[in-house]
Parts: sequence; structure tokens; C-alpha cells
Amino acid sequence: MAWMAWTWPTAIFFAVIALLLVIFSVLAIRYPETPRVGVLRIETTRGDRLFIALLGSAFINLAWLGLGAAPQWGALIVCLVYAAAVFRFV
Amino acid sequence: MEKTRNEKAWFLVLPVLVLVAFSAVIPLMTVVNYSVQDTFGNNVFFWAGLEWFKETLASERILNALGRQAFFTAVILAIEVPLGILVALSMPKRGVWASVCLVLMALPLLIPWNVVGTIWQIFGRVDIGLLGHTLAAMGIEYNYTQNALDAWVTIIVMDVWHWTSLVALLAYAGLQSIPEAYYQAAKIDQASRWKVFRYIELPKMSGVLTIAILLRFMDSFKIYTEPFVVTGGGPGNSTTLLSIDLVKMALGQFDLGPAAAFSIIYFLIILLVSWVFFTVMTNLDKKEGK
Repeated sequence: MAWMAWTWPTAIFFAVIALLLVIFSVLAIRYPETPRVGVLRIETTRGDRLFIALLGSAFINLAWLGLGAAPQWGALIVCLVYAAAVFRFV
Repeated sequence: MEKTRNEKAWFLVLPVLVLVAFSAVIPLMTVVNYSVQDTFGNNVFFWAGLEWFKETLASERILNALGRQAFFTAVILAIEVPLGILVALSMPKRGVWASVCLVLMALPLLIPWNVVGTIWQIFGRVDIGLLGHTLAAMGIEYNYTQNALDAWVTIIVMDVWHWTSLVALLAYAGLQSIPEAYYQAAKIDQASRWKVFRYIELPKMSGVLTIAILLRFMDSFKIYTEPFVVTGGGPGNSTTLLSIDLVKMALGQFDLGPAAAFSIIYFLIILLVSWVFFTVMTNLDKKEGK
């Protein structure tokens, strides 16, 4: 595994993503749902909303870094608010 | 009829998952690991944090390459999609000529990228190429190795030559699926040719056209071989598109950390646009199904 150049922060990052995928898979099997239509006017399931939340969070982090004023953990707070909004309204 | 539900069938997907993990997920994870570190080789790494991302986002060189890339993709989509539709509409619908046209249209798609690049590189040369020589004989100054505009025209025409048939073939497949009754109804209503296109053909083609746009967007946004063989990114940096710049950075300069950060941003842009197209496509399908 040394060739993959692992670091603790990236390992934690991937562990969180993997954990989220496992949780959402288990939820999808245990509590099947029908897709709903939210503010984007598209049908989404929990998995779709997770994808939208993660992809959006990546861009929020990049924008935060590009603007470069506040410390990076500030972006994490914005991402959590954004993810909550996605799960509630999309 | 009731659908059979068998969750164990998911295990049949396992081989694909293993293959994708091996060929895509693990390499991508490695890229993420590289993007937060610096290395001088020998598998020795130094923590760099988000430095390379900061550098990439502020880099004028990369932003310029992104601008050129977006321009290239926008231009080839603006040409290939309408041209592909026009070609599909002009193709015979049945008979031997339909087969001949289909084979002819498929030919450019079968040629490997580097060969297409080489064909156009020679074709455009003023000394030995047919195109370059003919233009020179007509008194038109054309030199794609020294003039940025000529280089751009060459790579755009080359891409149009190589990929318009993909759009045409997809649009043709969409047209073939329209039942004859639609045209007969339009004839009874004395609909004009434009109205037949606007209200029958275009809506029926919208699904395949979205696929065509998605495929052409993804392919053109990560295009490397053809422009690299023809212009090598030049003259100067005028045709250095994103992937050419990325390869220069990763392999030419061996800046693996910055190149990894650059790749991740590049990947995220493609992922976002592809997701938008995919969502539009699946929603169109659902609307049609209703």
C-alpha cells in the first residue's frame, strides 16, 4: 500500500465516504423509498441527494480555498448546512 | 406481471465492482493522496496540505488552459450537433444507399486518435500536405505551426471531421424510430418541412441528442492525442488544452502534487457537467414514458 502514498487526513476522508456509502446502502435495503421531486424539479432518492451533497461540497471547498480569506474548516460548516438543505429540499 | 425481487442478484455486479475498483477507484484514491503531498521520487513524500489546490486555483496558466478548453468544447459542440442532425436528415432512410451511408459515416470513428492527428498533421503541411499545398497555391497564407488562428482552425476542423458522424449516426437512429404515421399526419395537416422537424423529428431525437452532446462534451473536454500530434499545444501555448497542460505538468516537469490537484479539479468539472446531462437525459426519458 506504500505506493498509494497514504496520509491520515486522506485515509479519514475516504473512510468517511465509504462509511456514508455503507450507511446509505443499508438504509436503501432496510427502508426502501419512492423517489421524490424537490426544488430542482427532478426525482431524487436518498442516494442521489448524497451525491448532490458531496459534489456540491467539493465545489464549496474549492470556492472557499480560491477566495482564501477564512480557514478551511469554515467551508466544512457551509458544506454541512448545504447538505442539510439538500436532504430537506431537493 | 409481478417483478421478481432477488437482492442476491446484486452479487452478480461484484466482478464489475472489483474491476472498476482496480482500474479507476484505487488510482483515483492515489491521485487524491498525491494531491496533498510533495515528492521528489523514490516514493518519499512530504505533507503539503491544500497548497497545490490553492496554487492551481490561482494559476493563470491553468485558468487560461481551462478557458481554451471550454472554448474548444463549445465550438465543436456548436458545429457538430447541428451538422450531425443535418447529415442525418439528408441520409436515405432505407435501401442500399442507407447502408452505404452508414458504413461511410462510421469510417472516421474507426480511426485511432493518433492516426487522425497524423493524417491532419501531414494534410495541413504546406510542403507536402494536400490541404496546405492547395491553400498556398490559392494564395492563402496558412501555417498551423506558426499561426495560432490556423492551428485552432485545424484542430477544430479535424475534430469535426472525426466526430460529426457520431452525432449523425445517433440522430439517424433517433429519426429511424419515428413511426411513418407521424409524417402522414403532418402531411394531412399540410405542415411545413420546418414544422415537421420542429414538432416531430426534434422532440423524437431529443433523447439520443442528449447522449450525443454528453459523449461529445466528455470526449472533447479531455481530448489529448489529436491536438497534441498536430500542434503539440502550440504555437506558444495557443492550443494547449487542459489535458496537454496536465501531462506537461505531471510528466514533463514531474510536478506530481500540483498535477494531482489539477486532475481532481478537472475531474470534478467533468463529473458536474456529466451529472447535469445525465439528469436531464433521465428526466426526458421519464417525461416521454409518461
